[in-house]
Amino acid sequence: MTASMQSSVGNPGAEKRGMNLTLRIWRQQGPTAKGKMVTYKITDISPDMSFLEMLDVLNEQLILQGDDPVAFDHDCREGICGMCGVMINGQAHGPQQTTTCQLHMRSFKDGDSIDIEPWRASPFPVIKDLAVDRRAFDRIIQAGGYISVPTGTAPDAHATPVPKADSDAAFDAATCIGCGACVAACPNASSMLFTAAKVTHLGLMPQGQPERNDRVVNMIAQQDREGFGGCTNIGECSAACPKGISMETISRLNHDLLGALRAGARPKS
Amino acid sequence: MPLELFTTGEPIADTKAPTDVPIGERWSERQFRGRLVNPANRRKMTIIVVGTGLAGGSAAATLGEAGYKVKSFWYQDSPRRAHSVAAQGGINAAKNYRNDGDSVHRLFYDTVKGGDFRARENNVHRLAEVSVNIIDQAVAQGVPFAREYGGLLDNRSFGGTQVSRTFYARGQTGQQLLYGAYQALERQIAAGTVEQNARTEMLDLIIVDGRARGIVARDLVTGEISTHFADAVVIASGGYSNVFYLSTNAKGSNTTAIWRAHKRGAYFANPCYTQIHPTCIPVKGDYQSKLTLMSESLRNDGRVWVPKERGDDRPANDIPEDERDYYLERLYPAFGNLVPRDIASRQAKNVCDEGRGVGPGGLGVYLDFAEAIERLGRPAVEAKYGNLFDMYAQITGEDPYVTPMRIFPAVHYTMGGLWVDYDLQSTIPGMFVIGEANFSDHGANRLGASALMQGLADGYFVLPSTISSYLADGPFEKVDESHPAAVEALQGVQEQTQKLLNINGTRTPASFHRELGQLMWDLCGMERTDEGLRKAIDRIREIRQEFWSNLKVGGDWHSFNQTLEHAGRVADFIELGELMCVDALHRRESCGGHFRAESQTPEGEALRDDENFAYVAAWEWTPEGQAPVLHKENLEYEYVHLAQRSYK
Repeated sequence: MTASMQSSVGNPGAEKRGMNLTLRIWRQQGPTAKGKMVTYKITDISPDMSFLEMLDVLNEQLILQGDDPVAFDHDCREGICGMCGVMINGQAHGPQQTTTCQLHMRSFKDGDSIDIEPWRASPFPVIKDLAVDRRAFDRIIQAGGYISVPTGTAPDAHATPVPKADSDAAFDAATCIGCGACVAACPNASSMLFTAAKVTHLGLMPQGQPERNDRVVNMIAQQDREGFGGCTNIGECSAACPKGISMETISRLNHDLLGALRAGARPKS
Repeated sequence: MPLELFTTGEPIADTKAPTDVPIGERWSERQFRGRLVNPANRRKMTIIVVGTGLAGGSAAATLGEAGYKVKSFWYQDSPRRAHSVAAQGGINAAKNYRNDGDSVHRLFYDTVKGGDFRARENNVHRLAEVSVNIIDQAVAQGVPFAREYGGLLDNRSFGGTQVSRTFYARGQTGQQLLYGAYQALERQIAAGTVEQNARTEMLDLIIVDGRARGIVARDLVTGEISTHFADAVVIASGGYSNVFYLSTNAKGSNTTAIWRAHKRGAYFANPCYTQIHPTCIPVKGDYQSKLTLMSESLRNDGRVWVPKERGDDRPANDIPEDERDYYLERLYPAFGNLVPRDIASRQAKNVCDEGRGVGPGGLGVYLDFAEAIERLGRPAVEAKYGNLFDMYAQITGEDPYVTPMRIFPAVHYTMGGLWVDYDLQSTIPGMFVIGEANFSDHGANRLGASALMQGLADGYFVLPSTISSYLADGPFEKVDESHPAAVEALQGVQEQTQKLLNINGTRTPASFHRELGQLMWDLCGMERTDEGLRKAIDRIREIRQEFWSNLKVGGDWHSFNQTLEHAGRVADFIELGELMCVDALHRRESCGGHFRAESQTPEGEALRDDENFAYVAAWEWTPEGQAPVLHKENLEYEYVHLAQRSYK
């Protein structure tokens, strides 16, 4: 396909559901291939469809035409697995603060033009089209995003009471789904909100205290190694986060980091 | 029953549970009698674990901690995506923190009864015993369960039980428990005990000298199909609800790992036992790609109703009180809107069949919070259910504070799965099956908040203990890709993959999947009949034939090809669908989620036939053209009194 090629798909004979749209979608064969925007016209889109169902309709038609369908990641389609996520008209997950799978076509109107692109950050290389590799996030968790408690070694669950306010705040941070919208939205491609969410979750729980200092220095060192940018407190991350992880987590991380460094904690090399 | 649909073989039985001691001592006795592998030898043993949900993630982490070499496989980009993440409600445990009379024995009893007396007593008792350790483990990992102001854990009553034994983390309990297991797993990956295989799908099992010794898997990014070897294989690939196309499962959830293992000799038990959840958001149109569940906690305050008159299409708020039928409250005065899932689902179907359903296509019933908002005030309703109401509004574009929600049942969980013994070992030595992928604990109906419990019980505590008895004979003779069994399996997968690409017909995998799903929903769904099931079997055979002659998959297999992934999964769903219908047809009784129209009480409730059907149906695969073979595992109840369930 060429950038100027227009591929018109649709089902002209079917009952009209409403919207005709122009999609401009990033197509890229593989990690090292050169990508480009390709334009598609799509007709007969119901406002009740989810954004991904709209892409399903496009792909069904592309397959039948013998064209390569658009690769995109998705799984649970109920906003919790964190697998989906694309830039829609330049916004991570589109115009609403939700996951791409929970965005519905009623957020658009007939005749709209929609640009669809993958997350753009060098630590998230494109696999194909809109699908990117986010394993850098797993490696940040590997660096310390856990409490070391081998199975079978736990004391009774009521042995350590946890103040409700701490537990609730820990929960709020722990709802991060690891989708990567924060990185995609950040002008610096920083992963600070992702890392801060985990540091906050575990740092608020009494069970997380023994490893608190090492955790923060090692997770920060790993996100630097992965090539994520530095945090300059712009706040685009939190504004794009479908789970509303707050900027306070970043303040908490910075506080923990300073405390850890003062206490002599240093990252493992 | 015509001979051609199935034949009956030798009975099958579990031989591992020590039944010579009382039930409360059997698990510790089994652990004592089982053999151990000493820590130095564990380093020489390799275990493959397929899947990273609650069962697979916790098992891989625990086996890694124990010192085994683990190879973990998952099809998503990260192990944190596994569909356990979507479980909302909670996890049961017999902690008796409420001092309300709960105990291991009561949880055991409730689970066997809830399963409509089609589960194995020994396994369920062990599940109840282990449940308390799961909570301890999760709390130590930092899982932020709901707490009270005193700092102790909160509990709630769930799924019609009379005690409060459910631990929860708002409406995201599965997510938080999964992240606990995921973080433990990532810790082991960092420690080098677990090898990670992301975006890799198991496509066959390799058996050498009668033992499971490896798998064939496809790297979904590069397309490379390769062999992987181990001393034992653990399958934790979840359930098969997506045979219905529309379900609450993730789009990628599939039966391929367990189905290919079944075709290699693992018996498939009770495939027809599916759970249909009553409170899901109804289908909107033919483009629908999945169904979304709303936690059944909504039924604590919402009232279910339909118009009394059929075809009444007035907006809900224009229908006066005396023209509404609150049918669950009418039919079940004692339990009302809180009847178990299978009953609530079937009654929704009944009123819709009568033409009294609401919304598009008449496939929905109202779940109305007007009374609760009046009684408790809107802020209280918001505090309890705010996130669910928001989710509903996001998907439907309607405001449930103003207009009643519309709900309809959807397939949610499969109680059937690969047959396992007390050690969770399948009929193939060296292949273990854990979590939803096995059949063992829920009988014909799973109770709310029991899926998370079983997944983690199997993964953290049961399997890591029982697998050592098997591995005590190992390490087994080294096998590599040049072994004839590996060569044969690899070639078989490559040939099938190429075959899918070569057909080049006119229908997409999704089109076949939708057709199969609709057929299963209509004829093997909430109500099943002899006539309907026979029709379904005939039709599935036609679909299968058309699939293999008219499928269209573009591209090749040496690259990232999501259409090809889907095609392979649909091929397996078609074969599984046929076996589900055969199983449903042969079980001429109603039990739990399996409702045969021919077997009901005069009041229209499920009627079991304990005399003829108190057994597990374990199916042996036979080559195409031959009927599957039924092996019965007789179910004996020593501790639970068989009774007709009643929620009147």
